[in-house]
Amino acid sequence: MTDIDDTHTDLYGPVTDWANDFDHAVPEYNERAHEIWAEFQATECPMARSERYSGLWAPFSHEFVHEIAYDTDHFTSQGVVVNTGRPMIEAPAVGPAPPITSDPPFHNIARRLLLPPFAPKVIAEWEPEVRRLCNDLLDRMGDITDGESIVDGATQYAQSIPVNVIARMLGFPTEDEELFRGFVHDVLERINEPVEERMQFMGLLDAYLDEQITDHRNNPRDDLTTYLMNVEIDGNKLSHEHVRGSIVLLLIAGIDTTWSAIGSSLWHLGTHPDDLSRLATDPEVMTFALEEFLRAYAPVTMARLVKEDHDFHGCPMKANDWVLLPFPAANRDPAQFERATEFVIDRQVNRHGAFGLGIHRCLGSNLARLELKVAIEEFVARFPSFTVDGDVTWSVGQIRGPRRLPLRVLATS
Amino acid sequence: MRVEVDTDTCQGHNRCFTIAPELFDVDDFGTAVVIGDGSVPAELEDKARLAEANCPEFAIKIIE
Repeated sequence: MTDIDDTHTDLYGPVTDWANDFDHAVPEYNERAHEIWAEFQATECPMARSERYSGLWAPFSHEFVHEIAYDTDHFTSQGVVVNTGRPMIEAPAVGPAPPITSDPPFHNIARRLLLPPFAPKVIAEWEPEVRRLCNDLLDRMGDITDGESIVDGATQYAQSIPVNVIARMLGFPTEDEELFRGFVHDVLERINEPVEERMQFMGLLDAYLDEQITDHRNNPRDDLTTYLMNVEIDGNKLSHEHVRGSIVLLLIAGIDTTWSAIGSSLWHLGTHPDDLSRLATDPEVMTFALEEFLRAYAPVTMARLVKEDHDFHGCPMKANDWVLLPFPAANRDPAQFERATEFVIDRQVNRHGAFGLGIHRCLGSNLARLELKVAIEEFVARFPSFTVDGDVTWSVGQIRGPRRLPLRVLATS
Repeated sequence: MRVEVDTDTCQGHNRCFTIAPELFDVDDFGTAVVIGDGSVPAELEDKARLAEANCPEFAIKIIE
């Protein structure tokens, strides 16, 4: 396996003033995220701003995040990953990756096409396959000596789970796993590179998908790609761009996110032995623990663009400014949650927004939840005791999770 | 006690169906629906309250 190049161009440089020169794509942000959010949540106006990316706002309270997520009149989803460019001014109604980049009323049409294959009962059928995949990965770690062996919870485990599942669902060759991870890294982490560079790697992704779509046209099979090519809106098949854009969404949104959630959950267990021991001895607590992992370590921050100049609670937002939607910060807001900064493994009341709030609720949430649950269950069943031992590297950008996670195995079942 | 789901507000987070499958079902689009007329037997009242308290969209109402 070759490693993805973790380096990225630091276009804007480090941040010293988080309130006025905010940047979520400097490495320090994801490393210190919990601290930074808490600092903002303790102030009167929990909103950061920045001239970076030609204008960016970042609210950190549950109230603000909730309000913006619901307000499709003032905020558009045509851009959901903050970067140095802007979407085309006359973008088609679907946006580049429907339905996540679509606004009402088209959004609902595009979304309803994709909801049935991701409905809870359909996804539940994937459980045995996910369990088998997790066990294969654990087997591949080779001989483990308790107290001595170090495994990487991110690179040897978490990152391979969602990529394999989504490749199987789409009917893409699972050997291309490394390639998919590269695409995801390009789209989500290399955000502060010049527009020309971004156009170039988006072009490579489109070319790969065109090839896969042609292959499916010649050899239709029972998978999501064939489904998207055949499904109809008012008697018309989807345009090639719509099919390809939806696959971009499934590939990009389905990989990094879940991998980050699994990695962060393993990081938590590897730094909180009491919670690990509880989970190992009382597997039933997983019903609540799963939602608490999602609340406390939600990986996904979304973004919107401001449609027209808009005064948001005294913040003078300009047309085309980016606005981040840090659901992970909203999930840790003391105004919304009791003991917000603590991980309470059996938290009963947990109205978290890890999968977003409002009409763009994560389409793959049922799949993500299944993967996270099974991944943690199988890891803990195999290694009931382990501890983080070594340098942890965190991702940069809107998806937060460990990219290197050395875990020393203390006990094997 | 009865439970109600506002299907316009529900976004398909699937929390109620996971917590109380005796009281809620989900349709092909993942939208929650109440089972039967939404009546809650006494032994399921705690589960109904838990489902209400975990809905991220505040789409569940309990009528007592």
